[in-house]
Order: sequence, then structure tokens, then C-alpha cells
Amino acid sequence: MNSLGFPILSLMLAVPMVAAIACLFVGANAARWLALGATLLDFLLGIFLWSAFEIGGAQWQFTEFAPVFGRFAWALGIDGIALMLIMLSVFLMPICIAASWSSIEHRIPEYMAAFLFMETLMLGVFMAQDIFLFYIFFEAGLIPMYLIIGIWGGKERVYASYKFFLYTLLGSVLMLVAMLWMVNNAGTTFIPNLLTYDFPPEAQTWLWLAFFASFAVKLPMWPVHTWLPDAHVQAPTAGSVILAGVLLKLGGYGFVRFTLPMFPEASAQFFWLVMGLSLVAIVYTSLVALVQKDMKKLIAYSSVAHMAFVSIGLFAFNRQGLEGALIVMLSHGLVSGALFLCVGVIYDRLHTREIDRYGGLSNNMPAYATLFLLFTMASVGLPGTGGFVGEFLSLLGAYEANSWVALVATTGIILGAAYMLYLYWRVAYGTARNPDAAAMPDLNKRELAMLGSIAAVVLWMGVYPESFLAPMRNDVGLLLTRIERANPPGDAALVRGSGAPAAAGAAQHGASATATAAHPAPAGSH
Amino acid sequence: MGNSLTLTLPEVVLSLSSLALLMVAAYAGDRTSRVVSWLAIASLLVAALFIPGIIAPTGIGFDGLFVADNFAAFSKVLIYIAAAASLIAASGWFSRGGVFRAEYPILILLSSVGMGMMVSAGDLLTLYIGLELQSLSAYVLASFQRQDTRSAEAGLKYFVLGALASGILLYGVSLLYGFTGSTMLSEISVALGRDGVSTGELFGLVFVMAGIAFKVSAVPFHMWTPDVYEGAPTPVTAFFASAPKVAAMALLTRVAIEGMGPATFEWRQIVIFMALASTVLGGVAAIGQPNIKRLLAYSSINNVGFALIGLAAATREGVASVLFYMAVYVVMTLGSFFCVLRMRDAAGNPVESIASLSGLSRNRPGFAAALAIFMFSLAGIPPLFGFWPKFLVFNAAVQADLTWLAAVGIATSVIGAYYYLKIVKTMYFDEPAPAYEPSTDRLGGALIMAAALFVSPLGYFSIPLIDRAAQNAAGSLF
Repeated sequence: MNSLGFPILSLMLAVPMVAAIACLFVGANAARWLALGATLLDFLLGIFLWSAFEIGGAQWQFTEFAPVFGRFAWALGIDGIALMLIMLSVFLMPICIAASWSSIEHRIPEYMAAFLFMETLMLGVFMAQDIFLFYIFFEAGLIPMYLIIGIWGGKERVYASYKFFLYTLLGSVLMLVAMLWMVNNAGTTFIPNLLTYDFPPEAQTWLWLAFFASFAVKLPMWPVHTWLPDAHVQAPTAGSVILAGVLLKLGGYGFVRFTLPMFPEASAQFFWLVMGLSLVAIVYTSLVALVQKDMKKLIAYSSVAHMAFVSIGLFAFNRQGLEGALIVMLSHGLVSGALFLCVGVIYDRLHTREIDRYGGLSNNMPAYATLFLLFTMASVGLPGTGGFVGEFLSLLGAYEANSWVALVATTGIILGAAYMLYLYWRVAYGTARNPDAAAMPDLNKRELAMLGSIAAVVLWMGVYPESFLAPMRNDVGLLLTRIERANPPGDAALVRGSGAPAAAGAAQHGASATATAAHPAPAGSH
Repeated sequence: MGNSLTLTLPEVVLSLSSLALLMVAAYAGDRTSRVVSWLAIASLLVAALFIPGIIAPTGIGFDGLFVADNFAAFSKVLIYIAAAASLIAASGWFSRGGVFRAEYPILILLSSVGMGMMVSAGDLLTLYIGLELQSLSAYVLASFQRQDTRSAEAGLKYFVLGALASGILLYGVSLLYGFTGSTMLSEISVALGRDGVSTGELFGLVFVMAGIAFKVSAVPFHMWTPDVYEGAPTPVTAFFASAPKVAAMALLTRVAIEGMGPATFEWRQIVIFMALASTVLGGVAAIGQPNIKRLLAYSSINNVGFALIGLAAATREGVASVLFYMAVYVVMTLGSFFCVLRMRDAAGNPVESIASLSGLSRNRPGFAAALAIFMFSLAGIPPLFGFWPKFLVFNAAVQADLTWLAAVGIATSVIGAYYYLKIVKTMYFDEPAPAYEPSTDRLGGALIMAAALFVSPLGYFSIPLIDRAAQNAAGSLF
């Protein structure tokens, strides 16, 4: 039992679960309110969880352990990283419910039930302390998402739902075999114990690849990202929000929780594989995003590019990279979710996602245009928003690991600015190309509340990221001590220059110019 | 002798009651079908109480011909449950079609006697007799709707191919007897272990494996399955897919482990081939099936493939995983077939097309949810309980250093997932087809609900219980 005296994590899983079952037996309106109530209650519990989380305290807090399943246990517990991702999930969930309030018109009780089940499973992934419990939650999320895309999706929903399901299933089944091997080798299913177990380096290679197959599909990394644009475009707005906001983060969380600390040697061995795929993703998907005609598809491709910053930061093997990657995960969760909501807002009015049909929205929808601009800027990574903090730290880490990686990755920021501003220009500026678009009313109160609350958090994260970094700092430190032994040497090992006086000879000047010109990093920053 | 008879009490009870019920049926006619059916269920219950290992102690009877160990007990419990459940389902179904003949429950009882002997066989001849008793009853059951040509065809096909399989099996038995000098499993094992596996013994082993593979319908000996499953009356198909599969799988396990333990290297290759071929073919061939019974036939081939992966491990853990697999498989399959039994159009005629399930979730949300649970569970997607037996067989394979087999096997499970998803898609994504006739069969509904609850995440709470029983049962083979 934990310090609170009651199993708060189980409670947070139970609330949406019970509400989901209840939703199936009530009418449409009752289901809406029930879902909103349950997700808000879970959000309040989440806030309470955050406030009760002891920063700098034990690594695993609020632990619960009940060996009721024989082979594995109902073992829950969170560290700071999990806490932040839980907060992200519980924060986005009520917004998703609100976003579906009137845009979902049929089979509402089932819809709400699917979302609530989804919430339980997502939270379970972040809370699980038993490797098989983790796998069950991780895989189970496929079922509600499959139904959400397939029942309430767009025209090509059936194809998209199959692709989503089978792609991610194939990715994760190999991970199960790797888990079985690990558990038989280490003799425990308890994640904290596995985290301190050193697997033989030659086995790590295979285990790493098996886990990578799963997490790379989830994240998603190029070239296994192709399910994402299909799923995003076809899913209903709230489905896209939860997909981009939380489900993609499961891949990043998997890297942090399993791949890096359990297989440090293999992670170093595959440094270039990850970096190579991420760099291709950044450049390639950014270019693809540039030519999209469908708004959702554009944002979906931009997600792939942004998630590549996560993988680059994580495999940079240093604090800046890791913390940056985690912040990118949080800020991308909020920003891409918000962008999908922005698309949803105008889709609800005009029922098309084609960029060409809109234009000049800043004239008739000023509030919408302002918020959309904010999220566009956050996506670009403008200072003052969460996106800047994450991508900057992540690039800093990448630079320390390898300057070429940082160089190519930085082009992603420029390309990102290009496609996002181009999108914003076509949608919001100029004159309306379509009388229907010009007649669209501005945000209503519900939409304003949804987008406004996300905007507040995005700014908070940009101005004072310490609130979000503080709970994770200890855990990043522990992760670093774990992976340090395998850290591949970087090419940017800067040393403090000797700094010749201005009057010194010209010959000496040339030699030390590079060292002084570059920002002199403190020695021993590793 | 007296002790031997007590060990066979379940079989004795079932035989005597089937004879008595046969008299009732002969004199009182088909009016008494329902009563006979309930009495048959009652006798299955009584027989279950007498299974050695439940209350009475386990033992070996008739000088080793009949083995009543924990392994047999576990299998028999499963078989009797499956037989009783398919009896309950049948009485409602047949009475709708006109004639529910009183011979039906009796044939199921006789088949159960045969299955009991199969799983308790300590000797190849006991095995053969048990198998034939089970099969002969099954042939009759397959063609039970005599007027229906499909049913008659199914019975004939089943008989011809089944007889061929029996012939192959018997030939293998004779080879093994000739080269090892005994038909007792324990002595064959000793002979195989003494001086390696000779060519003659190898031939015998292959033929015996092939003969039994027919009965579990593992690829490449599966071709009768879709035809028979489609043609046989649906309650009979439900029975075929459950109890005889358990019996044949248990039989295969016992023969492989107890009788051919020293030749594990030789038979493992066969089992691995059959396992992977079954999971792949069971997955691929099902994709284009428009008939739900044929689809479930391929599903059973697919599932048998996964169970065989556990057998390929050839360890105690592996055998336990096979037993666990069969336990969950029986519930999932029976649950699915109970759903199929309720598929009747507005006029009350049974329908079998998958297309008729379109949009079922809107007309009959409970029915659709139950069938969706069974489908996801058969596909082995967590958190449904169907995931767990797959987990166990892969775990056994990994422990036996067959990690590659686990990896390939689990990858083939994705193929299978596709067609299970197709059913869910038909029920949930498509526009509604004409509604089914509302079902009045409350008992059937209760059974579906019980099965759905068992394969729901609640089933995980039963892991410690079933695991202990399966481990105990597996322990008696080593």
C-alpha cells in the first residue's frame, strides 16, 4: 500500500472502466454526461496524484502489488516520467469527450464507452509495473481504437482500421516473445527488477530489435509510419486527438522504460539506425507534409517528423536529449491534439478537410484564428511555447552526441515552419475562397474552453518548463547512470579554448578561432 | 480387477446409462428426447464425480492398459463439460427444426465413453478402441439430419477419411509393435530409449502421428474439417469442435510424451511442421470464407496449430500449456457456436452466412458484443482471456529453447487476426442486414453469457486455479 492509504492508481483505472460499462446501458445524453463526469473525475484524481507525488522521493511511488494472476501480478506504481504522461492523458480525455459532444451523432453510448475503455488501458500502460501487465494494457488499446476508427471514422474507415490494427499487432507480437525470453532469463516479471538486470550484450541485440519493432511502429518511425496518416485521416476528431496525443507517446515511453535502461549496449550499437531513420523521417515527412491537400494528413505527417525529435533526443544518451525528448512528447501531445481539434472545429462546420476550400478564416473567425496561430507557432517551435523547449533541448542533446545529426535535424525546424505557416496562410489569411467558409461562425463556448485550456498549458510549458521537468529529473538521472556505460563517444567533445589575447600573433589566432567562436561549453559536460 | 473397475467408473457409468437410455428411447420414442437429453447430462455429471483424481485416488488399471492419472482427469473434466454443453445447446436447436431424435444424446454419451478411453489409454490398442468408439458415434452424428443432403455428405466424407486415418494409425501401431515388441506405451518408450530409433520404429512413429493428426485436424491432415463442419448440423459441429479435439489433443500428447519420449527429436520435427502449417493455413484459408461454420472450422485448425507449439516444447511446462490451451479453446469455440446456433432469419430458418451478421451490433447489441468477445479472444488479443493460453504455449517454446518457433508462431497469429477482425467488422461497421429472429432460448443465452464472462478479462482470475490443475496433470506424464 502507498502513503495515501488508498490505491489511487487502481481507482484511476476503475473510474473510467466502471463508467464505460455504465455508458452501455444508458441513453445518448446520459452517456455524454457520464463520460464527461468520469473523465473530469479522473483528471481531478490526476491533479491530486501530481500534488501528492514527492519530487526527489522514492523512484516508484503509489505502488500497489497483488499477485492475483499466478504468473504475473497486478503491480502498479509510477515514477515522474509516467506521472507526466498520465497527466497528459487525463488532461486530454475530457477534451476529447467535449470534442465529440455534437460531432458524433450515432451510437453515442458505445462511442463514449470505447473512449473510456481506451482511457483505462492507456493509463494502465503508464502505471504497470509488471512487464506482462504492461503488455496486456499496451495491446488491449488496439481493440477500442479499432472500433473507434471503424465505426465512427470517415469514408475509408474500414481500410484504415484494419491497417492500424494489423500493423501495430505485428509490431508488438515479437516484443512478447522477447519479453518471455527476458522473464525466463532474469526470473522476474517485475519491471523495477528487470531495470537493474544486465542482459548479456549478444542477447540484447535481438531483444532490442524485437522491442524496436513494436515501439518504432507505435512512435511511429519512418518507414513503418504509413498506418498513421491513414488512421488519423479516417478517425473522428477525438480519435485523432487521442491517437496523436497519447497513443504515439506509448512508443516513446517504451523506449524510455524498456529499450534504453534494459539494453544499453544494444541501444548504443543501434545508435545510427535510430538516428538514420529519425533523420530520414524529419526531412522526408516534412517534405511530404508540405504538399498535402488534406489538413489532417498534413498534421499527421508533421507528427511523424516531431516524433523523430523524440527518438533523436532519447538516443542522444545525455540529459539534455532525454529531457528534451520527454518535453517534446508532452508538448507534441498537447499541440498536435489541439491542431486536430482545430481541424475538427472547421470540419464540423464545412464537412471537408481540404485546405483549398478554406481561406480568410481570420476575418470571420478571429478567436479561432488566434488560437490556431498559437498552436501553429507551438508546432513550429516558437520560443515561449512548449514546442521550443522540447525541440531545443533535444537538438542540444543531439549536438553533443553527433553534430551531423543535429545539423540535419535542425533543417526539420525550418521545414516545419514552412509547412505549418503555409498551412496557416492558406486557411486563415487572404480572402475566403468559398462563401460557405466565409459564413462560418466563430468558436462557441465549448470549443473555446477546449482550445483555451490546451493553449494555457502550452504557454505554461513554454514559459516555465521546470514544473514539468522537476518530477522527471530524478528519473532521467537514474536512466543516465544506467546507460552511461554504453554511451557512444560523440564527435562534439568541446573543450574550453585557451583564449589568446587580442594582441597575440595572427598565426596563433587562426588556430583557436574555432574553439572560441563556437559557444564554449563547460568542460566535462558529459 | 476390482480396483481396475473403480478406476473406470466414469466409463462404466456412462456406458450403463447410455444403454439404459437407449431402452427408454427405443420404447418411448422421440417424445422423450428432452428427458433423455437431461438424463444424459445428469449421467455426465455423475460420471465426472467418479473421475479418479477428483475424489477417488488416481491409479493404473488392467495391468497398464488403462491409465487414470491427473492428466486423464483434467482432460475428462473438459470433455464432459463440453459434451454436456453441446447437449444443452442441441435440444433447443433440433426441436425447432422438427425432430429431435432421442438417439442424439445417447450417441454423445457413447462418444464420451470413447473419448474417456482415448485420454486414459496406456496401450495402443486401448487407444485404438477408444478412438473408434468415439469416431463411429461421430460419423453417425455428422449425418444426423438424414433428409439434409449436406449432412449426409458430411457423414460420408467424415467416415471415409476417418476410416483412412484409422487405417494409417493401425498400420503405424502394427509397425511399432513389430519393431519394439509391445503395444504398451511405457514399454515402447523403453524400447525406443534402449538403442536409438530404428528406421522401422521411425516409420511406425510417423504413421501413428499422422493417424492422430487426422483426429486433431492438423495440417496437412485437415481437409475433412471444413466440409464436415459445414455439413453437419450446427450443434453437432459445436460438439466436434470441442470435446473430440480435447480428446485427440490429449491422446497425441500422451502418445508423444509417454510413449515416444526418447524419440522426441524425431517427432518434434513433425509436430513443429504441423503446428506452423496449421497456424498459417488455418489463417490464410479462412480469409475468403463466406460461411461462418467453415470459418470456425479453419479457426479450429488454426488453434490446434498453436496448441501443437506447446507440445513441440516437449516439457512439463509445454504439456501444461497444451491443457490450458484446450480448456480456454473449448470455452471460446463453444461460445462462438452457441452464437451461430442463434442465427436464424425472420422465418426461423438457420442461416450460416457471415454477411447476414452485418450490422448485428445495432439490432442485437448483446449478441454482437458476445460474438465480438469470442472473436477477439480466438485471435488472442489481450485483455481477453484467449491471449493467455497463447502466451503459455509461446512461453513453453521459449523455455525449451525454441525461441524461433515462438517468434514465427506468434507472427502467424497476425494472419489469423485478420479474419476474426472481419467478423467484428461485419457486425460493427457494416449497415444492418435483415434482423434475426429474436431468440427465446434463455438457457442458451445464459451459456453464451457464462462463456463470454470466462473469456473476458475476468478470466485472468482463474489462472492460478487452472494453472495448478494443468501443472499437476502435466506432471503425471513425466
